[in-house]
Amino acid sequence: MDATPVIELENVVRTYTMGDNEVRALRGVSLRVEKGESLAIMGPSGSGKTTLMNTLGCLDRPTSGHYLLLGQDVSRLSKAELATVRGRRIGFVFQSFNLLARTSALENVELPLLYAGVGGKERHRRAREALEKVGLGKRLDHVPSQLSGGQQQRVAIARALVGEPEIIMADEPTGNLDSQTSVEVMAILQSLVAQGITVILVTHEPDIAAHASRVIVLKDGHIIDDRRQEPLKAEVPS
Amino acid sequence: MNPFTTFKTAFRALFRNKLRSLLTVLGIVIGIAAVITMVAIGQGARQQMAQVFEAMGSNMLVVTSSSQNASGAKSGAGSSMSLTWDDVQAIREECPAVALAAISMSARVQLGAEDQNWNTQLTGTEPDFFAIRNWKVAEGAIFDEEASSSGAPEIVLGKTVVDNLFGEGANPVGQTMRVNGKPFEIVGVLVAKGQSPQGQDYDDAAFIPAHAFERKVQGGLGGRFRGQVYISAVDEDSTTKAADQIAGLLREHHHIDEGEDDDFNVRNLAEQAQSKKQATDTNTTLLAIVAAVSLVVGGIGVMNIMLVSVVERTREIGIRMAVGARPIDVLLQFLVESLALAAIGGGLGLLGGYGMAEYLSKHLDWPVLFPGSIAALAVAVSAGVGIVFGLYPAIKASQLDPITALRYEA
Repeated sequence: MDATPVIELENVVRTYTMGDNEVRALRGVSLRVEKGESLAIMGPSGSGKTTLMNTLGCLDRPTSGHYLLLGQDVSRLSKAELATVRGRRIGFVFQSFNLLARTSALENVELPLLYAGVGGKERHRRAREALEKVGLGKRLDHVPSQLSGGQQQRVAIARALVGEPEIIMADEPTGNLDSQTSVEVMAILQSLVAQGITVILVTHEPDIAAHASRVIVLKDGHIIDDRRQEPLKAEVPS
Repeated sequence: MNPFTTFKTAFRALFRNKLRSLLTVLGIVIGIAAVITMVAIGQGARQQMAQVFEAMGSNMLVVTSSSQNASGAKSGAGSSMSLTWDDVQAIREECPAVALAAISMSARVQLGAEDQNWNTQLTGTEPDFFAIRNWKVAEGAIFDEEASSSGAPEIVLGKTVVDNLFGEGANPVGQTMRVNGKPFEIVGVLVAKGQSPQGQDYDDAAFIPAHAFERKVQGGLGGRFRGQVYISAVDEDSTTKAADQIAGLLREHHHIDEGEDDDFNVRNLAEQAQSKKQATDTNTTLLAIVAAVSLVVGGIGVMNIMLVSVVERTREIGIRMAVGARPIDVLLQFLVESLALAAIGGGLGLLGGYGMAEYLSKHLDWPVLFPGSIAALAVAVSAGVGIVFGLYPAIKASQLDPITALRYEA
């Protein structure tokens, strides 16, 4: 086992000011995630799970406390430095897919490589490989509007993994999909876990959380439950 | 992100909104075309002024006698015959700001050649006259100082006179012709000078030595002559000084007391030309300002579209940031987009301005000058417009928070 944990949060606090009110979204969260774990974050709305997700995804910085990502303290990095960390270490999968409209699947997947400074040929090759991995090798030139929801989410997954990140953050990845397609998407995410990528799922559906090896539950900015489980295997009926 | 992909991304974004991009570009096209046309017109006017100035004679002043007042009837400028040959000699010798001075007396005369005749303006003058007027011979030579002082029957012809007496393009140097019936030898033909600003044909003229003029055409009276003195100052800045020196000298020679009116007139043509040139420059500047205003309006159009574009593409910006775009990457992307809009507009505007300038010069006969530096100006100005008006929207885009941007609903 790798000695350094992938994620280590030490007493992370995040407060916002909204108008005159101070919202305390995270009130001292500590968390350690090892390599190869799949973590589901659950909790009612307002529990702070989105804030935790943003913090873990380096989209946001903690107000206080520390966040060590693969041993590197990222809690005080600048916006530009955080962007570079995101590009190298983290892939995102969103509920609403967030693909660039009127842009082909291949180009969407190439996007992270573009900002990582990967050259044109290399970029094409890796993007094509990533799309083949999610079973879309024949739809490279399709634009999002020509793809079904499940296919769009698979493009998003290909985009998340093309940069060979250590972590994939999936925010309600099946929220906009029917149950059949949801299972397909979960199967792909599980296969990534098997390859050693740490997958973090934010969901409010217990059925989806059941596919993770560990579930934490947030309430009012605190972790109130943290348990490990045997993940439910996503079986795609053939 | 390397520059090439930045450009590619920018152009693709512009291409996605063809009509909108086109209309935005149009604003810049009109602005740049207007500026280019105005500069071309201004340059043309300047050049024309310079040519007129050149044809008239450089650093030139003209001294005339003032009007004679006989029993209340004023006979007009020059009629008093107050200027003497000695005055001219004194101007030459005693005014340091004067380089050259030449007497010029004119009359309409009938010229006759073998089988043709022609009525023209005959001027009796001295050889320096041609230097003062920047007028060179095309054939032969000007009568020399000796011929001038002895009043030799030699004549120098303007191009129009030659054309009418001897036929187009003939070289009559060496032939003898008649001036008011008296024989003169043609010693030179002047280069064509074209029209004066008033439309008078400079080339419809003939010149003989001043003494020959007095003897054979129109006599003077007791050392006085009926005509004017052409003077050139030593340099461009000395024309006013020369005018003052001449006036002082003539007042002294003519014994004019303080408070009495001059019996002569000094006209500073160089100064008149200068003020005319300044008026032209002022007009050009005003036109250029109007054109620049339209360019600014075009620039505001670019800014407007870029701001709309940033808002519309908030989510795209969020996605790009999530996958690793740094603020500077986003800033550059939008800046390159506005730069591209402005550059395309600048290029088309340059063509438009060139076309307009060509049209004005061909069909409306406007003096238009289109130097290569205008092209460089257009490129620089449009790039500047793109950067200046694109910077604010680009900064706005780069400062978006990725979390908010990702959640933005269009």
